[in-house]
Amino acid sequence: MTQADFFSILPIITILLWALALLVADLWIPKERKSMTALLAAVGLAVGVGLSLSQVGQTALTFKGMLMLDNFAVFLNIIFLVSGILAIALSYDYLKRMGIERGEYYVLLIFSIAGMMLLSQAYNLIVVFLAIEFLSIPLYILAGFARPRLESEEAALKYFLLGTFSSGFLLYGIALIFGATKSTGLEGIMAALSANEANLVLFIAGAALMLVGFGFKVAAVPFHEWAPDVYQGSPTPASAFMAVAVKAAGFAVLLRIFLTAFPTLAQQLMPVAWGVAALTMLVGNVLAINQTNLKRLLAYSSIAHAGYLLMAFVSASNPAHTGQAVSAMLYYLVAYGLTTFGAWAVVVSLEQAEGKGLELEDYAGVGQKYPWLGVAMLVFMLSLSGIPLTIGFWGKFFLFRTAVEAGFTSLALVGLFTSLVSVFYYLRVVVYMFMRPGEPRVRRDGWLSLVAVGAAVAVVLLSVLPSRLLDMAAQAVLRLQ
Amino acid sequence: MNFGIHPLLLVTFSPLVGVLVILFLKSQQKKAIRWTALATALVTFAISLWVLAQFQPGTADMQLELRVPWLRLDGLAIDFYMGVDGLSILMVLLTALLTPIAILSTWSAVEDRVKGFMIFFLLLEVGMTGVFLALDLVLFYVFWEFTLIPMYFLIGIWGGERRIYAAVKFFLFTMAGSLLMLLAILVIGFQTGTFAWSDLLAKRELFAAAQTWFFLAFGLAFAIKVPMFPLHTWLPDAHVEAPTAGSVILAGVLLKMGAYGFLRFNLPLFPEATVKFAPYLAILAIIGIIYGAAVSYAQKDMKKLVAYSSVSHLGFVVLGTFALTTQSVSGSVLQMVNHGLSTGALFLIVGMLYERRHTREMSAFGGVWKVVPVMGALMLVVTLSSMGLPGLNGFVGEFTILLGSFGSRVLGSPWFAGVATLGVILAAVYLLVMFEKVFLGPVKVEANLALKDLSVREIFTLVPLLILIFWIGLYPQPFFNLINPSVENLVSMVSSTLLAVH
Repeated sequence: MTQADFFSILPIITILLWALALLVADLWIPKERKSMTALLAAVGLAVGVGLSLSQVGQTALTFKGMLMLDNFAVFLNIIFLVSGILAIALSYDYLKRMGIERGEYYVLLIFSIAGMMLLSQAYNLIVVFLAIEFLSIPLYILAGFARPRLESEEAALKYFLLGTFSSGFLLYGIALIFGATKSTGLEGIMAALSANEANLVLFIAGAALMLVGFGFKVAAVPFHEWAPDVYQGSPTPASAFMAVAVKAAGFAVLLRIFLTAFPTLAQQLMPVAWGVAALTMLVGNVLAINQTNLKRLLAYSSIAHAGYLLMAFVSASNPAHTGQAVSAMLYYLVAYGLTTFGAWAVVVSLEQAEGKGLELEDYAGVGQKYPWLGVAMLVFMLSLSGIPLTIGFWGKFFLFRTAVEAGFTSLALVGLFTSLVSVFYYLRVVVYMFMRPGEPRVRRDGWLSLVAVGAAVAVVLLSVLPSRLLDMAAQAVLRLQ
Repeated sequence: MNFGIHPLLLVTFSPLVGVLVILFLKSQQKKAIRWTALATALVTFAISLWVLAQFQPGTADMQLELRVPWLRLDGLAIDFYMGVDGLSILMVLLTALLTPIAILSTWSAVEDRVKGFMIFFLLLEVGMTGVFLALDLVLFYVFWEFTLIPMYFLIGIWGGERRIYAAVKFFLFTMAGSLLMLLAILVIGFQTGTFAWSDLLAKRELFAAAQTWFFLAFGLAFAIKVPMFPLHTWLPDAHVEAPTAGSVILAGVLLKMGAYGFLRFNLPLFPEATVKFAPYLAILAIIGIIYGAAVSYAQKDMKKLVAYSSVSHLGFVVLGTFALTTQSVSGSVLQMVNHGLSTGALFLIVGMLYERRHTREMSAFGGVWKVVPVMGALMLVVTLSSMGLPGLNGFVGEFTILLGSFGSRVLGSPWFAGVATLGVILAAVYLLVMFEKVFLGPVKVEANLALKDLSVREIFTLVPLLILIFWIGLYPQPFFNLINPSVENLVSMVSSTLLAVH
């Protein structure tokens, strides 16, 4: 391992060692002071953010071509780390309240983040597979963390079975590609492709199987069925983390592999991706209409947003607009992530034990009794539906613009009409909060309020000054061949 | 004197100061909240007058332009670009005038959650003023969509029984129209590399080929807002369920945003398509005029009657717009103001009656002029103004529109104006029937004997409107002086393409 190798994974090593140390230290932290572990975990992640920031601007292929460090990876790593910190903020009081506070929770969260960071840097299909398993296994456990609640156990089992099933697809795809190109490294694959030495039938079949595998991870239709049940059953902060970070990780690897290594294939797979994107937007939004449980509603909404993100993936298949599409997607990920975490924070503050307090009726009167919380949720709902003066509007604006400019106006049209559908169910939450009387029970917790109000302020402020963030996203585009 | 801030920024965003102050007041301090809101709105009105003082009436150019880069990214240039001309100056003044009046009208009508109400109302003013001043398509869209949110809450929280249905319907209808507009904006921006109105005018050829589609995409958004037949169905629901102040603003200003959008964007940016579609839109406008009038006649509820009369009156505005003569377009702009004044006043008076009796059924009233003579007299003036009696403002607007449309080359037939004239007669029928049923004859219902006449506050809400009703009716020249140069410029731009077509 050279020095460059070492520095390229320094943030990953640091948080992993931190997590291991925390696992040991947790033994000495008394049961009633487990919040100590939460704080330490957050500190570790904050250190990770700092180290990642120091990597901005570097480009290095390390570990003999197994890992790639570039701005794209750093941008996403920061998203993962910050998601982790926010997830800890949401968990801090929640775990205590639900009586499931155990130190392993935070350690598992960090493990999962390390897997995601490895994934965003992976430049070899074997590493991709390992990283995906590394990020998924802790999540299977987190999903079941609220045991012995049946829903939580069901969520864990379902997530585990479907997750491993999709891993099977992925592995099979990798094997086929190895067979076709005699390489698992992206560089070797590209070399084989450009020298016309690859067996194209095997190669396309392999890429299609990999697409299925990633489709499961980002919950794209028709591989979305697990998401609502898993999000509903898991401890709510873990659902929030899955909805944001896992999705970002899935899209990271999707872009990295399909745009860097299979650029020629992107064109051939484009019609399939077009269909998947349109279907995901449509199904996610239409199925969300009927949901009365907030966790399920947000789950379907996250499926729908995967569809919008896929729109950027489709646009990226036009070589002239790849860079633009990638930065639009990164921007959208930030917008979506910030908004979604805020919305889940509101859900956490209304949730009661035994899965109560999650129905729409439980939100009646929130706007009147807790105006700050209500306004925050209003901001999130508007942002998710893409209405101006929220960051969600700019996210959609850039996404649709990219689609239009890359020549996929029809897909942008689908996106626009499905966002009209989405307005309906997002507004329903607002209707309950502000226009129906009720006696909501809200848990007041400093960290929760901080996440909710802070995210709401950020969502609005970043919409007035969108260009800084967009500049960063633009600089984070993939290093393309 | 400009306080170091650009006047257009000041007039747009000054209500935010009030919002900030109200945020720090306790919700129990209703009086303080109301006075803060009113004071803010009055200051904004004063600023709008100051903008008017700086406005040069003699020129068609965009004035007081403010253009700063807002967003720059590979090839994308979105500006914070505002300006005012003869088309928008009166709209800004109307917005600034109606807002304090509407706020004053809520003094006793809104008792519940006053704090939220005033915050939303002031935010709505920001959005509306922004719509009329924005000259960058994206900025325009941002303001356009933003107005939805406060109005949605005004209807949904403080509205009548079916308020939630009405609010959601209002939101979804408008949103549906604007999404296609957003797509068109994106495509235009892609083809020209700019979203700024004046640059787009100069680069019109770049997107001239697809202008039919753009015209339809923008037009749908505006037609829903106006609303034009058959896209009007959200309007009666929204009006009937909205609180009085909401109705005043909805009819007075929000609907004008649609008509203004046609004038600001559709006509100058897509002139060939405008000429092509003008007769069809004029036909829809005339259907709207007659249909709105006929449905108004059938109403038993006063507020519904006034709501449907808006469909009819806005039909005149659209007809004038697409007759594309200087006279008819000027008439349309003036009629937008007129409708804001007289329909605003009608909604106010209906609201006052409702506050007293908690019903708007005409059959519950009758002969109340004897009981409330001041209200009766004012109602008579407003009714006559709305139906277009010479000497009052409605006549000036409608007459100019009809006269201009009569000789329109684009429409090519005097029948358009001829049939539309029927609308004036029908307006007289339904409005006078309402006046007769409510105010004339013997007092039929005993409860009406105890009706209180207008309070000083209520008179104050109506007097500014009445002054303008008389002023425009008797001496409209100053208003036309403001409107005409811009309109002449606009019409000559469109008709030059007409010459090219023929």
